[in-house]
Amino acid sequence: MVEKAMTIKTMPQEDQLGSGHGACGGCGLSTAVNNVLRILGPDTVVYAPASCLLVFSAAYPISAFKVPFIYSAFENTGAVISGISAGLRKQGKQSYVVGIAGDGGTFDIGLQALAGAAERNDDVLYVCVDNEAYMNTGTQRSGSTPFGAWTTTTPVGTRTQGKRSFKKDMMCVVAGQDIAYAATLSIAHPNDFVRKVEKAKAMRGFRFLHIMTPCTSGWKTDPAVTYELARLAVETGMWSLYEIENGETTVTYRPKEMLPVENYLKLQGRFKHMTKEDIDTLQRWLCKKWDKCYSSGMVTEERPKDGKELAFAGEETEGL
Amino acid sequence: MKVKVLSGDHAVAYAVKMCNVDVIPNYPITPQTLIIEKLSDFVFDGECDATFMPADSEHSAMSMAIGAAATGVRTFTATASQGLALMHEMLYVAPQTRLPIVMANVNRSLGAGSGIWAEYNDSMPERESGWMQCYVEDSQEAFDTIVQAYRLCEDQRVMLPLMICLDAFVLSHTVEKVILPEQAEVDAFLPRYRPLNYLDTQNPKFINIAVTPAHSMEMRYQLDHLMRQTSAVVDEVDAMFGKHFGRSYGGSIQPYRMEDAEFALITLGTATSTARVAVDELRQEGKKVGLVKLKYMRPFPHDQLRKALKGVSSLGVFDRSIAVNGFGPVFTEVRSSCYGMGMQITNHIAGIGGRDLTVATFKGMFDRIMKRESVGRECFWHGLRGEM
Repeated sequence: MVEKAMTIKTMPQEDQLGSGHGACGGCGLSTAVNNVLRILGPDTVVYAPASCLLVFSAAYPISAFKVPFIYSAFENTGAVISGISAGLRKQGKQSYVVGIAGDGGTFDIGLQALAGAAERNDDVLYVCVDNEAYMNTGTQRSGSTPFGAWTTTTPVGTRTQGKRSFKKDMMCVVAGQDIAYAATLSIAHPNDFVRKVEKAKAMRGFRFLHIMTPCTSGWKTDPAVTYELARLAVETGMWSLYEIENGETTVTYRPKEMLPVENYLKLQGRFKHMTKEDIDTLQRWLCKKWDKCYSSGMVTEERPKDGKELAFAGEETEGL
Repeated sequence: MKVKVLSGDHAVAYAVKMCNVDVIPNYPITPQTLIIEKLSDFVFDGECDATFMPADSEHSAMSMAIGAAATGVRTFTATASQGLALMHEMLYVAPQTRLPIVMANVNRSLGAGSGIWAEYNDSMPERESGWMQCYVEDSQEAFDTIVQAYRLCEDQRVMLPLMICLDAFVLSHTVEKVILPEQAEVDAFLPRYRPLNYLDTQNPKFINIAVTPAHSMEMRYQLDHLMRQTSAVVDEVDAMFGKHFGRSYGGSIQPYRMEDAEFALITLGTATSTARVAVDELRQEGKKVGLVKLKYMRPFPHDQLRKALKGVSSLGVFDRSIAVNGFGPVFTEVRSSCYGMGMQITNHIAGIGGRDLTVATFKGMFDRIMKRESVGRECFWHGLRGEM
């Protein structure tokens, strides 16, 4: 008999990331981190590399974390959490060890250390909060930045406009290492979010959670539409929700139909310069991704008997 | 007590095993690899209970050591040259967060136009990082210094990391007799590590978060101040080790035939053994020469050095690396430290990139020291090929 999955209503409510930190209004990342830590609970040690999270949550002598916290550099999340885990386990302590890094710290500079921890199957949880650029340093492009997007290093120039390459498939890179668990999460799908964090928490070995976290300042968006953007990302195929366990990929939410990507782009200042041609290029790329994700070889999880999508809980809650 | 024939690298590995280290992050690089290979043997044979953690790079190895040390366990890692350079960023974290990590660095030249042989241009620049740093002369000293290291680093008056430097091949791969103490003797000398501040969910603390100009300067001042006070603890631990094991090394420095010396040379590492022969031969000729082995570059033994050099009129400083367009780093430090003592101080560069150091090399240095020769604001280079 399978225990009833934890939902946003039954999840622990005790904050481990206190209020009063310096994140922007409408920050998707702070919501994601707050809820990951609520579920992990007080017996958790947190590492954050150089990132928005570090800067808005911890500046000497004040820290918003109620759990032990350490920082050291940018590119070493996978390595430091491995070390913390080894040190704690050597003392017989079973505290959860979580590293929370941004997309720059994961896709780019931190990829090697992450791959090392995954290969060793160290007993850690790695969370990537993905806002699709180096937001902490003022919106420079990363390996996660989508095609066409404006950033300060992919400006809208007279010769070239926006990023010319596509977003790196980070899950593919990580999941190729036979790790215990990998999943993608969205703050617009809170029950799916909660269930995946809870599932990762209960496992041992290397676990990877990849959370799409809209960024109001870097994406040039209205803080009020953060959740709508997170939701639209999934509906347009700019993000998809699945988990990989024992090498088996399971889609945990399948949009009823694919919405044109323009619905997503038009809400964001970072895409406003895009030409019809560029939007078509992005749409074609997305269609390929969509087919790969939702058709061949992918198993769509059975829907609950009440007919509701497991992940889509928008009507039940006002969000996390 | 047992006697074994060990290379410098293996002496380090035996010492690490006997110090009951908890976590050993590691990454291979010549000429350090013998250390981690031996340690992996110990761990895989069940002779050592440490967690052996293969890293994906030296940067990650030091990051792991920092993560593990931050939980309050005893850590060890080893590196050399390019590996130390790759760690550079992480080195600065350990002292400022007061993590007593012990690391062996097998000195090897760094950069283009160099190979895998001894030179100190890998470790010398790191003396600014806040790590304690020492240079050992033989396998026995390598073993003994590792045992001393944990006692020193984990002393609550210190709580700093230490880099123990061994010369590539001349020490790392050369075998010689090493006296290994009984485990019980080591245990009696080295108490269990009692960390002060560590990651513990029962008592949440943060370690190293962003620091603004409002506090950063005080933290750096405290580190500098602490390091200055640590020199006395270095000497204290070595003396204690001497009482316990019957061997000691003079602490930070080890003077040789300095009682009435008028001319002196400062050496470090394996070169010291060779230079001592030069001193003996010159003494037989009636020359009033002596040498001071500088073991610790950090904490720099300002007071001990000035005391040992009293009465010297001409001092040479041997350097196995050069700060291009400047001087050897040991010279720069010694001259600053001995400012106002009234003696002539000259810089002698030799042994770069593993160039052989012979008794004749050091006699050549003494020759210039005794003639009070000077090249102004330049260094003497010894052992260059042909007519350079």
